Amino acid sequence: MTDKTDSGAYQYQSPLGRARGLGSAKSGTHHWMAQRATAVANLFLTLWLLWSATCLLPGATHETLTEFIARPVHAVLLILTALSFFYHAALGVQVVIEDYVHDEGRKTIKLLVTRGLLFFGAVACVFSILKIAL
Amino acid sequence: MKHADRPLSPHLQIYRPQLTSFLSITHRISGVLLTIGLALLTWGLCALAGGPDSYATFSAFAGSTIGTIVLLGGLLALCWHFAMGIKHLILDTGRCFEKSNAQRLGQAAMALAGVMTLIVAIGVFA
Repeated sequence: MTDKTDSGAYQYQSPLGRARGLGSAKSGTHHWMAQRATAVANLFLTLWLLWSATCLLPGATHETLTEFIARPVHAVLLILTALSFFYHAALGVQVVIEDYVHDEGRKTIKLLVTRGLLFFGAVACVFSILKIAL
Repeated sequence: MKHADRPLSPHLQIYRPQLTSFLSITHRISGVLLTIGLALLTWGLCALAGGPDSYATFSAFAGSTIGTIVLLGGLLALCWHFAMGIKHLILDTGRCFEKSNAQRLGQAAMALAGVMTLIVAIGVFA
């Protein structure tokens, strides 16, 4: 069966076959769940982070801040915060790009660049926390 | 793909601005701003790990007028995204879609964002 596609080309595919090819990437639910799971984690981590900031920041020095981060519980919580923030951000920005960038080439480049930058930032944060704590 | 010259369906400008749509788009905008703000978090942690000298550079920026404005804006964006995030998690469970409830939920979320920003700002600066 021949069908005319949007680009005007003919495809020798059944409507069902074509629909299957165009349809779900089978990973949307995971993305949606991961966005919500990190959102809930971020609620608790943000409260901890802001609480710590109000306790520490008035008159904070390099010494008091590194001492705070060097405590194992704080180091672990801060690493979790960084990972959860960066992952949540990567998932969210991906949706924004997919919604507003329609050119396939540009979309792919923007997705790759933002994901790469966020990966870089996450690793830099975790490395810095470990360097301070160890 | 070539677009035919057909009339478009009514778009954004035809709708009266509503609280729900305003909160929805600002949730997204604050999220994008926070993603950019992660650069600041990364800089701060790297500066701390680099030692007192590199921390002094970061601290000088954070304490400057521009730095303070950026950090306060970041705090507002964080509290806004936090409160709107809770709103969206509630909506995800299928609750509060009725018009008056959606309105009240939005107002409550805005109040939470405002109070949270104030408390943290006072805690940090006072």
